Amino acid sequence: MTAPPVASGRRGPPIDPRLLRHARSARGFLALTVALGLVTAVTVIAQAELLATVIAGAFTDGRDLAGLATPLLALLGVVGVRAGVAWATEVAAHRSAAGVRGELRRRLLRRVVAEGPVARSGDQRGALAVSATRGLEALDAFFSRYLPQLALAVLVPLLAIAWIWPRDLLTVGLLAVTLPVIPVFMALIGKMAGRHVARQWSSLQQLGGHFVDVMAGLTTLKTVGAARRQRERVEAITDRFRASTMRTLRVAFLSAGWLELMAMIGTAMIAVGIGLRLVEGTLDLQTGLAILILVPEVYLPVRNLGQQFHAAREGMESAAELLDVIDADDDAPAATGDASGEDEGVSEAAASLGARAREAPHAPAHPAGHAPIRLDALHYAYPRRPEGALHGLDLAITPGERLAVIGPTGAGKSTLLALLLGFAAPQQGAITVPAEPDGTPRPLTALDLRAWRASLAWVPQRPHLVAGTIADNLRLARPEATSAQVAEAGARAGLDDVVAALPAGYDSDVGEDGQRLSAGQRRRVALARAWLRQASLVLLDEPTADLDPASEAHVVEAIDGLARDRTVVAVTHRLALAERADRVAVIADGRVVQQGAPSTLASLPGPYRAIAEADPEALRGLGWVT
Amino acid sequence: MSDLAVLRRLTALAAPLRGHFALAGLLGVGTLAASIGLLATSGLLISWASLQPPLLDLMVAITAVRALGISRAVLRYLERLASHDAALRLLGRMRSRVIARVAALAPAGLEGWRRGDLVSRLVDDVESLQTVYIRALAPPLVALGAIAVALAIVVPLAPRAGLVLAAGLLGGGVAVSLLALRLGRAAGRRLADARGALATAVDDVLGGAGELLLYDRVEDHLDRVDAADAALEHLQRREAWRAGLVAGASAALSGVTVVAVAAVAVPAVADGALPGVLLAVVVLTALAAFEAIAPLPQAAQQLSDALAAGRRVFAVLDAPDPVADPPSPQPAPQGRVLALERATLRYALGQPPALDGVDLTVSRGERVALLGPSGAGKTTVAEVLTRLRPLASGRATLDGIDLAELAGDDVRAVVGLVEQQPHLFATSLRENLRLAKRDADDDELAAVLARVRLDRWVAGLPEGLDTTVGPGGAQVSGGQRQRLALARQLLRDPPLLLLDEPTADVDRVTAAALRRELLDAATGRGVLLITHELPAPGEVDRIITMERGRVVGEATGAAPHQAVGAAT
Repeated sequence: MTAPPVASGRRGPPIDPRLLRHARSARGFLALTVALGLVTAVTVIAQAELLATVIAGAFTDGRDLAGLATPLLALLGVVGVRAGVAWATEVAAHRSAAGVRGELRRRLLRRVVAEGPVARSGDQRGALAVSATRGLEALDAFFSRYLPQLALAVLVPLLAIAWIWPRDLLTVGLLAVTLPVIPVFMALIGKMAGRHVARQWSSLQQLGGHFVDVMAGLTTLKTVGAARRQRERVEAITDRFRASTMRTLRVAFLSAGWLELMAMIGTAMIAVGIGLRLVEGTLDLQTGLAILILVPEVYLPVRNLGQQFHAAREGMESAAELLDVIDADDDAPAATGDASGEDEGVSEAAASLGARAREAPHAPAHPAGHAPIRLDALHYAYPRRPEGALHGLDLAITPGERLAVIGPTGAGKSTLLALLLGFAAPQQGAITVPAEPDGTPRPLTALDLRAWRASLAWVPQRPHLVAGTIADNLRLARPEATSAQVAEAGARAGLDDVVAALPAGYDSDVGEDGQRLSAGQRRRVALARAWLRQASLVLLDEPTADLDPASEAHVVEAIDGLARDRTVVAVTHRLALAERADRVAVIADGRVVQQGAPSTLASLPGPYRAIAEADPEALRGLGWVT
Repeated sequence: MSDLAVLRRLTALAAPLRGHFALAGLLGVGTLAASIGLLATSGLLISWASLQPPLLDLMVAITAVRALGISRAVLRYLERLASHDAALRLLGRMRSRVIARVAALAPAGLEGWRRGDLVSRLVDDVESLQTVYIRALAPPLVALGAIAVALAIVVPLAPRAGLVLAAGLLGGGVAVSLLALRLGRAAGRRLADARGALATAVDDVLGGAGELLLYDRVEDHLDRVDAADAALEHLQRREAWRAGLVAGASAALSGVTVVAVAAVAVPAVADGALPGVLLAVVVLTALAAFEAIAPLPQAAQQLSDALAAGRRVFAVLDAPDPVADPPSPQPAPQGRVLALERATLRYALGQPPALDGVDLTVSRGERVALLGPSGAGKTTVAEVLTRLRPLASGRATLDGIDLAELAGDDVRAVVGLVEQQPHLFATSLRENLRLAKRDADDDELAAVLARVRLDRWVAGLPEGLDTTVGPGGAQVSGGQRQRLALARQLLRDPPLLLLDEPTADVDRVTAAALRRELLDAATGRGVLLITHELPAPGEVDRIITMERGRVVGEATGAAPHQAVGAAT
């Protein structure tokens, strides 16, 4: 109810043509819908004719029940067919809605995976997840309510007019005048109401959101002594909300009211007209009655259509939103490398992720013992947000070293890791890594990404845990790992006391995205994954954030173990980690502003020392403290 | 609570608005009566006209047909407005009731509800309850009214046909509603589970795209989504069969009843009991009356959802006050010293105590750190000291007076709390600050903003103090949020101040700087700093270490590492 029926959303054609283009399974259903609509239209006419036969037969011809047995039985048959069609419409509608849903969801997921994980923020992906589940379910209303109603709204009037035509041309004239006027005036009034609602919309939403906001902040209100005032405020604001909603509804309901009025006046005029022609004797009773019974049925589907349109809109908007994503031009040359907006390209994209350059499938050489990985003048800006961009970042990663990258939130640390992971390609500059067979440096874009990633381990800032057990989650990194290997990796990552406290140990379910585990526990699962991975280059993103001192000690120890014989790049805010690194690179605003051994940097005035001393003013200068 | 009890309480809640709901209901009956009347009078008009009477005789019927047609449309428009108005009035009543209750309950009385969960569920429930009257309770009542109108037309003309019609409408309406209710209930739970499984699988692909790409596991997770989708679809297919069954049954019911009414009325015409000219009235009234029971199956399903929502809302409204103010509270003390004496409480029976004999004091002018890992009971201490949570045994005192003898608002005026996750409201910065002091002018606000070191940030905002923050507003970092919350408390100027994990939401480099600046801003008060990170030497006067609800160590702030030594 907070959303008045005429919402602010886009007003498109009644069916998004893209929906039909993408939804192949919907095409057969459309044919079926039209067929069912045809049957309904025929039964509506038959029912009117048969009822009229019965009434006129009893009244004018004085026939008794036996004489009318045939039309009455036929009427029962028509009723049976109508019931069957009602059932079939529901079932058929569901089948097609389900097919379209699955198809759109598959395309969306492939598309988003193909873009790579950095193309959208977590919130954006969250919104897409809602559209891909709840939003698409709302498509049911479109397929099972709106489309059948649309078929009826076209077919019933057409067939009815065709039937009435030879019997009573005047009624046809009245129908032909009133029916088309309905949608035209509805659209006009709807447009006017839409403008009115759009003007009111933001204030309505603000008033409607007030309650949620106060509910969420009640404890805070108590701490500032303002909780008691809220009852009156909520009452007053809800009352204002009601008053302005009602003002909006008075206009918004006009279009439905108009439709109703036209349908009713049409029915009444036709009834009176038939009466007059009966008096004149130019029409017989049976025909008159049949038309009278038929006319409300002609207006009915047109009346219902408006109602179903509102119900269907949410699903159509979700679908449109997903189609926008699916059909978007590849503005972010992301994880796939080759920009393929084509249908087939998208569905292939996920499969080809690892084989970006099919013509030049260079495998990466084992980074340790080879030339450094070079990052030269990297530029990268996210398509939809300003934070985290790189503005000419230069860095060399020496095989076997422990490199700590420190800098404030939004300085581009995670972006650096994403580019190394091949989740996005730099817009300028290049990453070169030593490649098979001889360790010659080659640009990352010329490598087989799947093979490159196989040599990497990664602990993201917020690791994702898939549905399943803790062991399932560790085996994501190495499906063939034995239970002993899983347990060893867990122990190395400080996971064993977590696991010991769980009822089923490593076979305990983690819940959706690991909700049953704390942030620190999730991070240790990700560290255990990295351990299992046996990678040569380990990328860690804030590995000790959200940990209490005891678990942090565990994790630091685990990282020490991981770092043996491997190259480690750790993005961190934690000096304890930076101090243990061979080299520290300080990043600010997408560039490396200082690098060197931590002991050297600590002895020089500069950003690293400001960080070590937590000097607020110097940190503000680095864009750090806000 | 039984269904009936919930229903009774829902009705009681709406009782003061009965005039509004009665108006909406009457307009609903009027709408249906007009459309039944339209078809009935049209039938009469046409039948009569076929006898070719003088045109003048038909004028009444002609006028009635026109009037009924127009009034049906007008009544329907008015009915929609009236019912929405009534529902929105009810929404206002329910919201203010819920706010008043939750204000008394938060946070201690809402245990077991995850905070975000509680809010969104309660908001949804209240929202869905406002429509229960329109969508679930009104249709059966309106249908009864309309059925009465239809029977009032048919019964006097053809009593036996009236009987058939009554049976069809009442019996059919009830039967179809029950069928819909039964079918809906059976599948609800399993459908919800299947939806959850699908959402999880989708989230694994969207949220875990990085991991899946890295580990080359995209394909099998896309297959999992398909499998979850197939499972859901299987359930929904059965659901669609059932929905089809209800739709088919409704269509069959109305059709068969109309045929039966005709079959009973035709012999009455042959017998001369029913004038032939009125046969059309009887049959067409029956035909039109079924519009009244069409919304019933959906109403039945809505009712069962509404009862569940009502049960949850009443559970919140009925929850006992966790900390009730004493009938005649002592006057508010000045706030020289805040103390816990053998303070003990547990959240639920069978759980280990959250506080287990805790002793501590904080005096004005003193900075004390309360250090411990998460789950040690630190936040519980803050809630007890601000009278947001009661103790099971032991005492919490302010200047020696037990907090239980004081009014909660008086305690919180003396003991300020900056929460771990302070809420920013969806309004301007100015209004967010003035929540704490309604008459504060811009100079006063500028002064506190300078003390929490936000002056430059606010000056840099294009709209300054008019900038909207909170949900849908400008981006505010974790550190800025804490500074704003402290600014609110500084406006209230309490002599004692509790800071609950002020640096939990910021990175560790920022944390050190933020902590230092927050403590500087609070200079001169008694400060209890709750933290899981060791303060820097000299930052606080004393460090109290907690673990599992107990105080396990105390050290001076000059040598903080001793406190950690005591803790481990």
